[in-house]
Amino acid sequence: MWAYQAIERIGYAMRLFWDSFYWLFVGRKYKQKVRLRQVVEQIRVNGFDALPIVMALAFVVGMMLSIQLLYALSDFGAQSQVLLAIAKSVTREFSPLITGIIVAGRSGAAIAARIGSQVVSQEIDALKVIGVVPVRYLVLPPLLGLIISMPLLVISADVLAIFGGAIFSVHDLDISISAYMLESFNVLVIGDVMQGLVKSVVFGIIIVLVGATTGFHVTGGAEGVGKATTTAVVVSISFIVLADMIASYFLTK
Amino acid sequence: MSTTETKHTSKQQPRSQINEHENVIEVKGLVTHYGQRKILDGVDFEVKKGEIRVVMGGSGSGKSTLLWYMLGLYQPTAGEIKLLGKDLQKISFNDHLNLKQDIGVSFQSGALFSSMSVGDNVALPLRELTDLDENTIRIISRMKLEVVNLGGFHKLMPAQLSGGMIKRAALARSIVMDPKLLFFDEPSAGLDPVVASEIDDLILSLRDTMGMSMVVVTHELDSAFKIADRITVLDNGKNLITGTVEEIKRSTNKRVMDLLQRRSRHDKLNPTEYLRRLTQENYTLS
Repeated sequence: MWAYQAIERIGYAMRLFWDSFYWLFVGRKYKQKVRLRQVVEQIRVNGFDALPIVMALAFVVGMMLSIQLLYALSDFGAQSQVLLAIAKSVTREFSPLITGIIVAGRSGAAIAARIGSQVVSQEIDALKVIGVVPVRYLVLPPLLGLIISMPLLVISADVLAIFGGAIFSVHDLDISISAYMLESFNVLVIGDVMQGLVKSVVFGIIIVLVGATTGFHVTGGAEGVGKATTTAVVVSISFIVLADMIASYFLTK
Repeated sequence: MSTTETKHTSKQQPRSQINEHENVIEVKGLVTHYGQRKILDGVDFEVKKGEIRVVMGGSGSGKSTLLWYMLGLYQPTAGEIKLLGKDLQKISFNDHLNLKQDIGVSFQSGALFSSMSVGDNVALPLRELTDLDENTIRIISRMKLEVVNLGGFHKLMPAQLSGGMIKRAALARSIVMDPKLLFFDEPSAGLDPVVASEIDDLILSLRDTMGMSMVVVTHELDSAFKIADRITVLDNGKNLITGTVEEIKRSTNKRVMDLLQRRSRHDKLNPTEYLRRLTQENYTLS
């Protein structure tokens, strides 16, 4: 029963993804246009508003990596490699992962709660009878919003995490912060940054699809909305970690 | 004279506006299920142009279900539903979307979007389905709010409205596209008699001024008798009787009389049978 429900939900999420892009391209023909202001609003809410917390945590993660790597590499007398290790691990792994988890907690929960409460209060039915396709109105704008804003958040997180690493490492490496930052950007290749950006787009899609799928399946009133919110966050983060592992395997080969 | 001040009686606006030759809704042999349970069992139903048809029945009789299926929200097990001459089972997706612009629905709960102001709620269909400029949309939505006596309330949020105001705001949203067909689910449920009467007057006023055809699902007898051109009574998923207000009042059908006289169907329940049903292993909905 549990497995059947899981497969059904995955199928539903894939259908949402397909329908979203279907309405993106054919919406105008059926008077179902995607409103630019709705997408911009979603970029603001899910992207720009998340920027302070993403940057703060990325900074802390950068410092934490610096502490651990300096300790570990000192055993081999290889402290000088901390710069390279932080730059590569942050851009390929930590920035997209941290950003994905934060956005899943903020936006995934919000999407599930919003759609779930709209299901409970018949607002979705109202949309359907008005002639507004719910997927186009409720799923497509946040999907586009996160596809655009997640890479921007990750780039910000990359910079702040490297800066965090610099703050702790410059004393041991005996270089200036600006020199550390420049050297970090020099050791990075386009593939390192792209790996993080590709992951961030996948994570954004996962967050919206899981949030929307959970929201559309809400039953049981306010309690159901609460459960859906929790489920959306837990499932999103689980899928993000799983997708991260799979993406790392294929993109690092 | 404002719309709510307009006085109506069932005789003032007789069936003169009803076009007896044109059905705007035709339902034939509608069968629907909820899981394994049959909800509607071969319902036939039609509404003439300009008619206000009230659908009555006890709780669980299938009246709201009939409404949802007529709106095309679910696929029936069997039967045919035609709205404005278009068969919902055969219509293309695009035509169905276009058809929805000729249909307005007022939900029992109002179903206003809680995150939007009243004005934005009313304007939503215009914003999403038309290419009108924002000024025109604002003017039209304010006009519709005036029609339901909510002029000046456009900036309030739904949570700031009373039950009657929510119903009126929902009504304003349902008429903003000037539909030909209007559906109401329990429009006066949970309202005090004065506000309920105002809603009834609004419904009559909309029919008279805009020539809309309407289906009103309700269990409020006073409201039904005030607004109905014809009444359909559903019982256990079947069409029990259809007739004018006078015909319904004169009916000698026991279930209709029970409904009109508010008699419980369990009045004469055998206590032994009742206990047997409660204690049986496979206890299900009666």
